[in-house]
Amino acid sequence: MQNLFNRLKAHFPLGEITEQRENLAFITVERAQLRALLLHMRDIEGYTHLVLLTAVDWIEDGQLQLTYLLNNRAEARDVGLRVLLGRDGTVMDSIHDIWPTAETYQRELREMFGIDFPGSPRVNDDFALEGWVDIPPYRRDFDTLAFSEKNFTHRDGRETRDPRQHMKQKLYPDGGA
Amino acid sequence: MALFEPDRSQYPDKNPDGTCDIDLTSGKYLKVWQGPNHPGITGNMSVELTVCGDEVVEGITHVGYLHRGFEKLMERRSFIQCFPIVCRICVPEPDFNEYLYAATVEELAGIKVPERAEWIRTLILEMGRINSYLMYLGGQAGAFGLGIVGQWTTYVRDLMLDRFEELTGARIYHMFILPGGVRDGLPEGFKERLEETLQEVERTLKDVHEVMFQNAVFKKRTIGVGYIDPALFEPFGVTGPNARAGGVAKDVRKDQPYLVYDQLEFEPVTDTASDMFARSDVRRRDLLLSVDLVRQILRKMPDEGPIMTKLPNVLHWKIPRGETYLRGECSRGEYGYYLVTDGSGKPRRVNVRGPSYTHAMALLERLIVNVNISDVAGLMVSLHTYPPEIER
Amino acid sequence: MKDETNNDANTKVPMRDELKKRVIKGPDGFEFEVDPLRDYYCEEAPKEHPPIYVKIVEDFFNWARSESLWILGFGTGCGAIEMRPLMTPRFDAYRYGIQWRPTPRQANLLIISGYLSVKTLKRAIRAYEQMQSPKYVMGLGSCTINGGMYFDSYNTIKRLDEYMPVDLYIAGCMPRPEALLKGFEDLKKIIRSGKAEGANHYAEHFERYKENQKKVILDWDMPDYNW
Repeated sequence: MQNLFNRLKAHFPLGEITEQRENLAFITVERAQLRALLLHMRDIEGYTHLVLLTAVDWIEDGQLQLTYLLNNRAEARDVGLRVLLGRDGTVMDSIHDIWPTAETYQRELREMFGIDFPGSPRVNDDFALEGWVDIPPYRRDFDTLAFSEKNFTHRDGRETRDPRQHMKQKLYPDGGA
Repeated sequence: MALFEPDRSQYPDKNPDGTCDIDLTSGKYLKVWQGPNHPGITGNMSVELTVCGDEVVEGITHVGYLHRGFEKLMERRSFIQCFPIVCRICVPEPDFNEYLYAATVEELAGIKVPERAEWIRTLILEMGRINSYLMYLGGQAGAFGLGIVGQWTTYVRDLMLDRFEELTGARIYHMFILPGGVRDGLPEGFKERLEETLQEVERTLKDVHEVMFQNAVFKKRTIGVGYIDPALFEPFGVTGPNARAGGVAKDVRKDQPYLVYDQLEFEPVTDTASDMFARSDVRRRDLLLSVDLVRQILRKMPDEGPIMTKLPNVLHWKIPRGETYLRGECSRGEYGYYLVTDGSGKPRRVNVRGPSYTHAMALLERLIVNVNISDVAGLMVSLHTYPPEIER
Repeated sequence: MKDETNNDANTKVPMRDELKKRVIKGPDGFEFEVDPLRDYYCEEAPKEHPPIYVKIVEDFFNWARSESLWILGFGTGCGAIEMRPLMTPRFDAYRYGIQWRPTPRQANLLIISGYLSVKTLKRAIRAYEQMQSPKYVMGLGSCTINGGMYFDSYNTIKRLDEYMPVDLYIAGCMPRPEALLKGFEDLKKIIRSGKAEGANHYAEHFERYKENQKKVILDWDMPDYNW
């Protein structure tokens, strides 16, 4: 993998590189470099398979991390490109002309995280939710238990089997620390 | 490439990017919603078709009927609490979810699984693959009206589910593969009973081969129909038997061997004509290959040994910050789990990449143009879509 | 038909363009006005059908209904996978007169197999209302009872009998086909004793069920009762 990093560093400025395994590495890149880097990886380095495009919400840093995972089948290697974006009014360039399958991933990200990809075909269509009027549900500040208790009526008599509660009661029956 | 050539002279011309200018009020087009309940799918997914006469002009897929928000639910549960919920992501073949979740957690936590556990995991995955292919064959024949194949394969699948019940305790959702190993070893006499069931599978498959694959009507309706150009495989992320039927031998078990696949001998099954018949045939032969693999596993498996490593206290199990991706070859293609942890006791983000995500949305909308409306159900089944893994 | 509003959040989900009342120009230039939600549907609320014949005739009718339960083949969730083995020779539900029918017009039992997301709930309500009385609903799995393991999910309903009148629940995750057959036996007992009054209960408390449904389904673009 080190050869790959050296070759990429010669052309593009790369951020932090995390080598998770011998055949998997994650590279942080700037948003402006992403498109050129993707085309370079696809056409020249042979990473032709877009595995997934997903987002991770780092709410304590105030950032959304987009991960583009690419796979080179001939060499059996994966490279994940991480792009960090702000959390308000997030907009990102669409890559549906490089990989047509990305339009599905982008539609889901717009609905679940609120990241807009202008230009992606039918990106404003609903993916899985119908009639949703709240904030995008996969963000960390959306509390799904509170939403579910407020909007759906629950049946009484449900006991919790949370093992922590059970052990706390067993070990400290008088309610100590 | 279709044997049936429609008469396109009376239909409007297409734009340079391949779409038609559809005017719904002109009386020429009809919008048909092939909704969530139709014979073309195992699960709920709908396709909104715009039809001109007998041919589909445009198709828009709609998913979300089975959306439960798994990835959000898993953020609220600790690592050990997630694993019962994970198998429900893909309903007909749940073992892959358990294995991939366990494997990603083990990788980030630095746990090594004992060897006997890896063999048992491979055995369960291959048995699950047999079940999934049997269900597929029933669905593919049922989409063309050949209902008897569905009855046979569901019966044999029941016998395999009996073996699962002996081994794991439950028919459908096994919850057997934990981070750290598996729950139990093989029961007494299991190998003999499994061998009997495999022989029953082979006998049924012989009947299915005669009734379905040598059936003139089935051949006429599927040869040459639903052709996927191999040039579309990489841009649309087509993996698994869909790609192998087009000549590209993509098999994760061979490209990046995981578990004990590097100790088993097999060759990926391929075909060259990338139409519906080829895909069905590839899956049938892959089923027989899986039966052979199960026999190899039963022969080569060590009989003694630990099945579970010692885990730290799972209630207070914290995994350091990291991210990883692991893939496996399920019956439909490449299945992957992307796990991000942040040092607390709960996963930060779990993303499930199901193969139907790429097959059934963008690719189906591309393929469904110019297909006769009676073949739409067959086409959807031939891509082997399980909708629960699309919208999780 | 009012525009749908969600009284809780004070926001509206706009109706699709093709469902609004509008003027269409036909192929030969003739203009006509169309209102899709009203034109094809009846505006009446459902009626109750109390038993009107003498007891022995009603008992015979109930016996006949219980011996030929035709299920609507709508696999709404996980449970669909354990309904398929029921129709094969091993667990054979056909010998009890139970069949899968593709259309609600020919079915009298709706099995909600597992969790219901809000999107499927809308279609299930539509299918249920299109079925003809007398009709029964069976809830399969623990997700219909109290939400099951998706109790904190934002997209699944937690109690099925808030939205539909349920006659029988079968607990389990997934219940085995033998458990399903036992459930059918119990349902038959309930029908034969004349207590399976789900459809009449629905007609009697129609406003309450509608209010519960509209609270959860925010983009209501169907008539109030789908005949």
